Amino acid sequence: MAQILAASPTCQMRVPKHSSVIASSKLWSSVVLKQKKQSNNKVRGFRVLALQSDNSTVNRVETLLNLDTKPYTDRIIAEYIWIGGSGIDLRSKSRTIEKPVEDPSELPKWNYDGSSTGQAPGEDSEVILYPQAIFRDPFRGGNNILVICDTWTPAGEPIPTNKRAKAAEIFSNKKVTNEVPWFGIEQEYTLLQQNVKWPLGWPVGAFPGPQGPYYCGVGADKIWGRDISDAHYKACLYAGINISGTNGEVMPGQWEFQVGPSVGIDAGDHVWCARYLLERITEQAGVVLTLDPKPIEGDWNGAGCHTNYSTKSMREEGGFEVIKKAILNLSLRHKEHISAYGEGNERRLTGKHETASIDQFSWGVANRGCSIRVGRDTEAKGKGYLEDRRPASNMDPYIVTSLLAETTLLWEPTLEAEALAAQKLSLNV
Amino acid sequence: MSLLADLVNLDLSDSSEKIIAEYIWVGGSGMDMRSKARTLSGPVTDPSKLPKWNYDGSSTGQAPGQDSEVILYPQAIFKDPFRRGNNILVMCDAYTPAGEPIPTNKRHAAAEIFANPDVVAEVPWYGIEQEYTLLQKDVNWPLGWPIGGYPGPQGPYYCGIGADKSFGRDIVDAHYKACLYAGINISGINGEVMPGQWEFQVGPSVGISASDEVWIARYILERITEIAGVVVSFDPKPIPGDWNGAGAHTNYSTKSMREEGGYEIIKKAIEKLGLRHKEHISAYGEGNERRLTGHHETADINTFLWGVANRGASIRVGRDTEKEGKGYFEDRRPASNMDPYIVTSMIAETTLLWNP
Repeated sequence: MAQILAASPTCQMRVPKHSSVIASSKLWSSVVLKQKKQSNNKVRGFRVLALQSDNSTVNRVETLLNLDTKPYTDRIIAEYIWIGGSGIDLRSKSRTIEKPVEDPSELPKWNYDGSSTGQAPGEDSEVILYPQAIFRDPFRGGNNILVICDTWTPAGEPIPTNKRAKAAEIFSNKKVTNEVPWFGIEQEYTLLQQNVKWPLGWPVGAFPGPQGPYYCGVGADKIWGRDISDAHYKACLYAGINISGTNGEVMPGQWEFQVGPSVGIDAGDHVWCARYLLERITEQAGVVLTLDPKPIEGDWNGAGCHTNYSTKSMREEGGFEVIKKAILNLSLRHKEHISAYGEGNERRLTGKHETASIDQFSWGVANRGCSIRVGRDTEAKGKGYLEDRRPASNMDPYIVTSLLAETTLLWEPTLEAEALAAQKLSLNV
Repeated sequence: MSLLADLVNLDLSDSSEKIIAEYIWVGGSGMDMRSKARTLSGPVTDPSKLPKWNYDGSSTGQAPGQDSEVILYPQAIFKDPFRRGNNILVMCDAYTPAGEPIPTNKRHAAAEIFANPDVVAEVPWYGIEQEYTLLQKDVNWPLGWPIGGYPGPQGPYYCGIGADKSFGRDIVDAHYKACLYAGINISGINGEVMPGQWEFQVGPSVGISASDEVWIARYILERITEIAGVVVSFDPKPIPGDWNGAGAHTNYSTKSMREEGGYEIIKKAIEKLGLRHKEHISAYGEGNERRLTGHHETADINTFLWGVANRGASIRVGRDTEKEGKGYFEDRRPASNMDPYIVTSMIAETTLLWNP
């Protein structure tokens, strides 16, 4: 059953009228919930009685969720979002702000219980949240906002798991700002059925047919979870995230969205906010999100977070030479990059399934089995960008983007190392 | 289906001046809320303009059958988020026909304390952090927990997101907007450490209005869980074992504490609270001894301990307050089923009116 209310509440509330199942952006959550439930969720979730009952009572929780508070108060709700102690778990809580704000600097710092997220001891538990970026809240609508924050000690030092602070320093270095670094990040992710943690659409206790038909596929036997991907796309556009596309991936139940091109630290902020929106949406859909780089062992693709990168010089005439020099630098720091490109990546970077082996640095034009791929366009025009295919889906974009900028713009190898590498990679720079 | 929805959401303002007022009071257990509705001839914004009413106290454990009338005195008005329009919720307290507060009426004594000139002069502010647990109907096991089993241990759930970590967000978000609409000073919400447990904060509010707002917020919450088919529990330790309890931490400050040199006033106040620890604890909620064990971010019930940024203390002072030399402190002892009238007035009494 995928119908929502037969009639929308009249008069007082500005609930958008909807006449079809795929309803207005505010009510898509209920639609997704209905269509995506794979198992009997009576135990886990709760059913709003109205949708199930025979005597047709009204769904009033939904009305309250979609309440437009603007006519009654200037106050807005701000959801403060931060990264928890594991480096990949997202946390959030909300507070009321007296009136709408435009800039993160207008928002107050806040704090949270770091001892509950593995980020502080119990006897000195306060961790301070510094607001860094604002996005519109697609769940609450109106003037309500999402706020991406990073985490600091009361003394004003970034806590150890705060990777944004160091990235912000790198991105404010003059040599970096002059080059206007652009990033396009391709976030892959896998959807799992709740409770069994087996990919969405896969038969429990068994496997689907081998990879082949699923990449960008269409049809109930090939694509599972499109509503989540599509809902996420619009939610990101609404929020103000620079989402540039989505597609179904090679492994069934796996998807990808791309964020970019974004400049400097924005890339990291946008990707983290997009990940937050994605997990909120899967929460509503009763589906589990995983960013594990190799969710299913064997002949099934892993999940990566390919990072496309260019600087001003790379995008101008003669850029291809600059790109080759950048690749040279990257080849000499392969180990440093790999160790920062996500936990568990060694299960994914095997040399098969469109990856390069984790120990080997390689590059090529249009070659998906390389560490770095350069597009045919870029080669043909003599300028463009490069794609670093090494990062895992669970990478921290603050670390990866700033490390790319650092290695290619701020770090210099010794002349001999450079010459040796150039030979090895056949890079005539 | 459509007919019933249309009727519930009928906007009466086109056809009638009349409004519906839902009179709300606290029942005989001190924790159960009751309400019934009546029609008024036109919109009202001032509680003193509302008529007194009465109810059958013998049905709520608040009066004997042969003399069952208990009188409701309207005390505070809020907008009704369920009926909307000009309809209202009215927070009341309960009196005998002779005009005496009945024994379970804790608001009356609190109002007297808050009317004391020494207290009025200090403009006491309260921020109350109400924790609560959502339970599946019929089985009374927390929402999202497998029946007959337990979820993974605490860690991922505090402020967490995702279908495997957050259970019941729609209830919490609906409650947030409903309270903003109603005019309650709700300042925030968050997912709590135990899965299925949540928290909302009301404040800063002055004097008695803090408690009125907390009670109405609890009423709105239970009305929403009623619609959602879920049970709300304010028990301070719903699941024994290695699972957090539920509290109602009460943040407090007076004018002097918020001004220069306030930190000294705060320390004096904490000292006084320490000397009356037993009196406070006995008024801070039934069953609190199951919760205040010294583990799970609590201080042991028999110990009075205070500290800066220390979540294992009875009273916690924030780092900001210590740094700026003024601010507020947090009494972490009250249980989630505390009566805010009692707790707020007792803190004001001990710190402003009592001397050792």
